[in-house]
Amino acid sequence: MAASSPLLVTAQVIPETPADSEAPAPGFDTRTARLEAEALHIMREVVAEFERPVLLFSGGKDSICLLRLAEKAFHPLKIPFPLLHVDTGHNFPEVIDYRDRRAAEIGARLVVRRVEDSIASGRAVERAGPNGSRNRLQTVTLLDALTEFRFDAAFGGARRDEEKARAKERIYSFRDSSGQWDPKNQRPELWNLYNGRHHPGEHIRVFPLSNWTELDVWHYIGRERLTIPSIYFAHERPVVERDGALMPVCDLVPARPGERVSLRRVRFRTVGDVTCTACVESDADSVAAIVAETGATRVTERGSRVDDRVGEAAMEERKREGYF
Amino acid sequence: MDLLRFSTAGSVDDGKSTLIGRLLHDAKGIFEDQLEAVRRASGDASAPDLALLTDGLRAEREQGITIDVAYRYFATPRRKFIIADTPGHEQYTRNMATGASTADASVILVDARKGLQPQSRRHTCIAHLLGIRHLVFAVNKMDLVGYDADRFAVLRDEILDLARRLGADVPVVIPVSALVGDHVVERGANMPWYAGPCLLEHLETLDPGTDTGDAFRYPVQLVLRGDGDFRGYAGTVAAGRVRPGDAVTVLPSGRTTTVKRIHTADGPLDEARPGQSVALQLTDELDVSRGDLLVAGALPRSARQIEATLVWMDDAPLVPGRPYLLKHTTRTVRATVTTVHGRTDVVTLDEQPAATLELNAIGRVTLACAQPLDLDPYTTHRITGGFILIDLESNATVAAGLVADSRPDDEGDVNSDGAPVDRAAREAQQGHRGGVLWLTGLPGTGKRALARELERRLFRRGVRVSVLDADTLRAGLSSDLGFTLEARTENLRRAAEIAKLLAATGQLVVADFVSPTAAQRAQVRAVIGDDDFIEVFVDGPREALAASDPHGLYLRARADEGDNDAAIDVPYERPCAADVVLDVSGVGIAEGAGELLERIGERGWLR
Ligand SMILES: Nc1nc2c(ncn2[C@@H]2O[C@H](COP(=O)(O)OP(=O)(O)O)[C@@H](O)[C@H]2O)c(=O)[nH]1
Repeated sequence: MAASSPLLVTAQVIPETPADSEAPAPGFDTRTARLEAEALHIMREVVAEFERPVLLFSGGKDSICLLRLAEKAFHPLKIPFPLLHVDTGHNFPEVIDYRDRRAAEIGARLVVRRVEDSIASGRAVERAGPNGSRNRLQTVTLLDALTEFRFDAAFGGARRDEEKARAKERIYSFRDSSGQWDPKNQRPELWNLYNGRHHPGEHIRVFPLSNWTELDVWHYIGRERLTIPSIYFAHERPVVERDGALMPVCDLVPARPGERVSLRRVRFRTVGDVTCTACVESDADSVAAIVAETGATRVTERGSRVDDRVGEAAMEERKREGYF
Repeated sequence: MDLLRFSTAGSVDDGKSTLIGRLLHDAKGIFEDQLEAVRRASGDASAPDLALLTDGLRAEREQGITIDVAYRYFATPRRKFIIADTPGHEQYTRNMATGASTADASVILVDARKGLQPQSRRHTCIAHLLGIRHLVFAVNKMDLVGYDADRFAVLRDEILDLARRLGADVPVVIPVSALVGDHVVERGANMPWYAGPCLLEHLETLDPGTDTGDAFRYPVQLVLRGDGDFRGYAGTVAAGRVRPGDAVTVLPSGRTTTVKRIHTADGPLDEARPGQSVALQLTDELDVSRGDLLVAGALPRSARQIEATLVWMDDAPLVPGRPYLLKHTTRTVRATVTTVHGRTDVVTLDEQPAATLELNAIGRVTLACAQPLDLDPYTTHRITGGFILIDLESNATVAAGLVADSRPDDEGDVNSDGAPVDRAAREAQQGHRGGVLWLTGLPGTGKRALARELERRLFRRGVRVSVLDADTLRAGLSSDLGFTLEARTENLRRAAEIAKLLAATGQLVVADFVSPTAAQRAQVRAVIGDDDFIEVFVDGPREALAASDPHGLYLRARADEGDNDAAIDVPYERPCAADVVLDVSGVGIAEGAGELLERIGERGWLR
């Protein structure tokens, strides 16, 4: 931990964006403003107290918000840490495109580590079968990358509203030297005082969006006028119905014998491993329409992730092992 | 739409999980797939067990209890709510405090049949202690007491009495049935005698207000400095408001300047308010860094000594005198608890004598910090009045601290009973004893290198240590002395007196002097006193060392410390009762220093 020495972040000054007359007034009593302020505070604490933070950036909507918050927390300076993407190889091309474009746009250093490589080197073993997603294998690649660069803090976009096990996770989530989370032994987190002390080899996952909900994320994307990968908006796509979910049909997810492929108007609520990310029928083709739809939806966004349904305790299991 | 954070608490089985489930369910805060999972788990699809909605972790399902703070979110058209759902068991009081630390309101469950249980009293006490002004009591299971208005009235009086004794604001007390749904979101028809608000209605309309005073408080998180002349002090407003042109004082330096601009990524602001994250630009180029506090209005109190209430949160009890890290705003310092004044029985609200605090205990203590902190009482400033203690070895957060209201007789850095800053206070604060390690032995035995190595190691452990040797003394204090035996004895007497003074201020002194005669060493011991004195005889095969002294240290040492005619064979009387005898010629300096460290530890000087 960098002690109390004056911390000078030196970087290039980015010219301030001219005030946008159409942008909503930055009032502070709105919930979005309060959630944003909390996240900025957290990010600044991490930069002040850790030696090598990194931000996990996948090009998904949560990490898009995270990146925007990082820009704002250190404005007018550049973001004082690199971005890391753990690439499952099971991607939506639009998302990877977006990832690279956005990183270049803000001049951030983007590190990509591939699950493919972990499999090739024998560090991770791929699971065959219908639920053979690479979500679980990501953990190996992630932990290896943290070790490789000696990152001691990793920002993630996880939210407590996503899932029951996440509901108990701290904003600073302590991980031991094998990346594991011990849900029974978490540090109490009082006020806005975060305890980031750790021994060498241990690290902290930091979740600035802990108190955000899916709707908050969409509000923020709207408020900040953030561009997002096109697959979040309604579009036509061949899909099959499988276990009550709509699965996109592509090379990695071929239709199974007996399944009927149909062309539907859909969008994705979450983007992860293509092989386990379902879409929903939707006409929402703008952020405003998505906000309206999200406000009215009756199904959680994790409900569209097949891997979480494997067992009631699926997420907790994965988290203990070091998954995000 | 705004935001309300509230915590929930209650004894096991009071129906907290059911109540939250009901709140989420009736306020449509539950998604279909969540409900579906609950239906599957309850085994009875027509009457899902709503409590299952909020019991997260597998360990909890196995034990059937909520073991940690779980956060839930729901929104109505009027407000977004963040619930910190805290566990009911007594052994999780710390989690209750954690949930309460950021809450605007607290909902406390009471079983209508059982009345106020010790655990509800404990929760009320903690919620009040942590500064939650809006206490809301849900008297649950009204269906099991036949919706009896009289029973409710009895409980209500009991609750109001408790609040009065705590000095809390008058709480709102609502009769509910979480199971049936009465007075949670819907009124229901079972209690026409109740005219007050339903739980959700009350939570939607109560004014969270601000619990901060007018005085501006702004802990600096970090300095943002760009290529140009941009320099902004990033931070979150802890209390009060600030506008460009306002005069502010930088603590601890005490310098004053004015705010030039309030920078944000969305453009400059006219005003920053509590909770807002900004970067302040100042008119003058001052040396401001992380840990500094910008203030306006009434100044906080600067003190090393803190009177506070601690909520102990670690399995290992508090060890008075042991150093911990204290994190207050953006500043972290070492601190020790010097006195435990007592422990609060949160059921009777009495204070009992206590020597330590165990897990979940709440007590009043005095702490001593290595550096002064700028403190406000917790009752007026949550952020600048709250702190945490961190264990230096395990890195665990072991306690939450609330700075006590300052009393009129609190003057500067003296505690309220006027205790002097004496040796005991110093030692308690720094976490180790003062004392003198007197290294005697012939020049060339490695004595000097040993002294320096020991100093380095102790210093790295945070011990206040210094080496005292002949060079230092002869360069100043003893520059008037020659090299006769008498003069050398006088030099040693001065050395002993200095070592004694330093030890009395809590320093650990490593004294490096040949001190060849038994009489000299006896005199030194008499000056310093047995308790503070460890005599170390550094032995070695002298001839061999003399020959293997390529840097000429031996000769210099000889001219300096030897006889005035520079005779190598000054009569050195080997000590026969030294506390430690060490020959480093075989084992090396590092090993020798390690050995000495151990001996110091054995004497209990390091704690
Ligand atoms: N009759 C009745 N039973 C209730 C009510 N609220 C909760 N219960 C029952 O009390 C028991 C404990 O409830 P639970 O919510 O698990 O309590 P917790 O330990 O405080 O979370 C369960 O069997 C609930 O069904 C109520 O308002 N009326």
